Amino acid sequence: MPLTPVITAHWDDPHSYTLDSYRRHGGYTALAQALKTDPDEVIATVKESGLRGRGGAGFPTGLKWSFVPQNDGRPHYLVVNGDESEPGACKDIPIMLANPHALIEGIVITCWAIRASHAFIYIRGEVPMPIRRMQKSVAEARAAGYLGKNILGSGLDLEIVVHGGAGAYICGEETALLDSLEGRRGQPRLKPPFPAVAGLYASPTVVNNVETISSVPYIIKNGVSWYREMGTEKSPGFKVWAVSGHVTRPGIYEAPLGITMGELLDYAGGIRDGRDVKFWLPGGSSVPMLTADHLDTPMTYEAIVDAGSMLGTGTPMLFDETTSVVKAITRWLEFYRHESCGKCTPCREGTYWITGTLEKFQEGRGSQDEIEDLVEICNQIMGRSFCALGDAAATPYAPSLALFRSEWEAALTQPADEAFDPAATMIIPSMSGVGA
Amino acid sequence: MPLTDQTAAECRDLAARYPDGRSALLPMLHVVQSEEGMINSAAIEMCADVLGLTTAEVTAVATFYTMYRQKSPGGTHHIGVCTNTLCGLLGGDAVFAALSERLDVGSGETTPDGKFTLERIECQAACTHAPVMTVDWEYFDCTTIADAIRTIEALAADEMVVATRGPAVRGWRATERTVAGIDDGLADEARCVDAIMLAGLEVAKEKGMTAPDPGKGA
Repeated sequence: MPLTPVITAHWDDPHSYTLDSYRRHGGYTALAQALKTDPDEVIATVKESGLRGRGGAGFPTGLKWSFVPQNDGRPHYLVVNGDESEPGACKDIPIMLANPHALIEGIVITCWAIRASHAFIYIRGEVPMPIRRMQKSVAEARAAGYLGKNILGSGLDLEIVVHGGAGAYICGEETALLDSLEGRRGQPRLKPPFPAVAGLYASPTVVNNVETISSVPYIIKNGVSWYREMGTEKSPGFKVWAVSGHVTRPGIYEAPLGITMGELLDYAGGIRDGRDVKFWLPGGSSVPMLTADHLDTPMTYEAIVDAGSMLGTGTPMLFDETTSVVKAITRWLEFYRHESCGKCTPCREGTYWITGTLEKFQEGRGSQDEIEDLVEICNQIMGRSFCALGDAAATPYAPSLALFRSEWEAALTQPADEAFDPAATMIIPSMSGVGA
Repeated sequence: MPLTDQTAAECRDLAARYPDGRSALLPMLHVVQSEEGMINSAAIEMCADVLGLTTAEVTAVATFYTMYRQKSPGGTHHIGVCTNTLCGLLGGDAVFAALSERLDVGSGETTPDGKFTLERIECQAACTHAPVMTVDWEYFDCTTIADAIRTIEALAADEMVVATRGPAVRGWRATERTVAGIDDGLADEARCVDAIMLAGLEVAKEKGMTAPDPGKGA
């Protein structure tokens, strides 16, 4: 399957992030078109396109928009989730750095559709560069009349606030993000009510991922049938894939949904030094690992589930045979323990139990009983925690045991760093070359 | 440095950006932290005062997020090394160990001269650029041990150090203001689109691959 650059098509323009460059390549024509269309028709178009949320869950975007009640007399809000913090996910920040106006144009079109006059871009706090670039781009768009009062004579008034977070993975969960944006601890809310009914300031709110909203202008401009020429019936369109790990040319590759990992890996020059894939994760640390057996699986929401994993953020991480599964899984669990918000017991306590036990295996001090105990602890968390973070923490271990049981058994006595030389896993020289 | 009327005015300006002023609490905490070097009682009280909240309400928020320092002021420069699985195993662990040895501090600690605070950080959303280091939260992508040590030496000598995808670093407190949403005028300072972000586009162009032609069949 060929690569299909759309969002990334003009990133090689030396100033791709400027309003001038964006307009030179047809930017903001979709907005003019949308503003002449009935908002409900815009929602219908996005529904027909089949665009699905790119933040991980894959929920149909147009359907989400249609849940916002109309003529209810309350303000509506659009909140763009730019909290990209999932280990492995690294595609929203590149979009904001290289093509910020696609996001802004998408925001204006979305706000027209859902009748919102206030939008927020919530960007994680640890990344000043996309924060300053989005802010500058919002100012540019405002000066050009794409934001502010009566945009392009449509009657739409819209302000965008670029909002920086302060370090908390959980704020990528949409209701935790809303609490954080209200100036509170970023802890998830009970659903229902869903944000579309009671979101930001208890008003109807759409929360969409950066890549999702950045896709909207291209769909409006080029049409549903064009969009559906790419991808599959249930997983249509293009996708910004961020390929990382032990690959020869890690980077951003834009291609339709349905491309295989094997094809993406070929474009990325294969695994380094002609080595083989040991395991890979299609979209972040929260999805089950797969092996070389799944390199031919189409990367669609459905096929990846059938293969036993999830598409997640669509940002595959690949590891070669030098990598210790025990060490990789332990490190991810240390992350979930660190990031558990503490609101619910299964996640707060469970991540401590799992991680403490995993750390023993990593040191070569595991026990046969604990190999099975860990499965049971994960089962006690799965489906019983308040939000998806607990499920995510309960996910990685069991598939790794099913695929690499002998490695866990070796870890009863052998530390991970003895079984797998850390220097061999590294892609950089293990010594500094200066001084010592 | 005591909090000034100007800081209070900046906090009020931030609050005015939102339909509900409390939404500005996270940005305000970044601003007061840039003044105080940490979230101390003066910082908490100012935010509570501006927003009409109790100090307990503000403290609850300040203690939740990892970027706010509770115990001691941050150093001139914040040095972050991603040690999550991918960056860590691909080299971040070794980079962190080398920096920790060179600076003689552990994660979260500040050197006695107040120059550097070193921290193991979680995934920085730049896995394609592993191993990732940050200086004052600006990206120092694809770092090596030698690069990291050189960067530290240059900062110690007060030389100009430029991020790989970002501007020349200005100190951690200046970045705290940027993150709060106060314009630093540096948005166009660096292109921030590098070969890794262009990898797929380059392959597509080499092979003559494009998205479908919108003119056809639409």
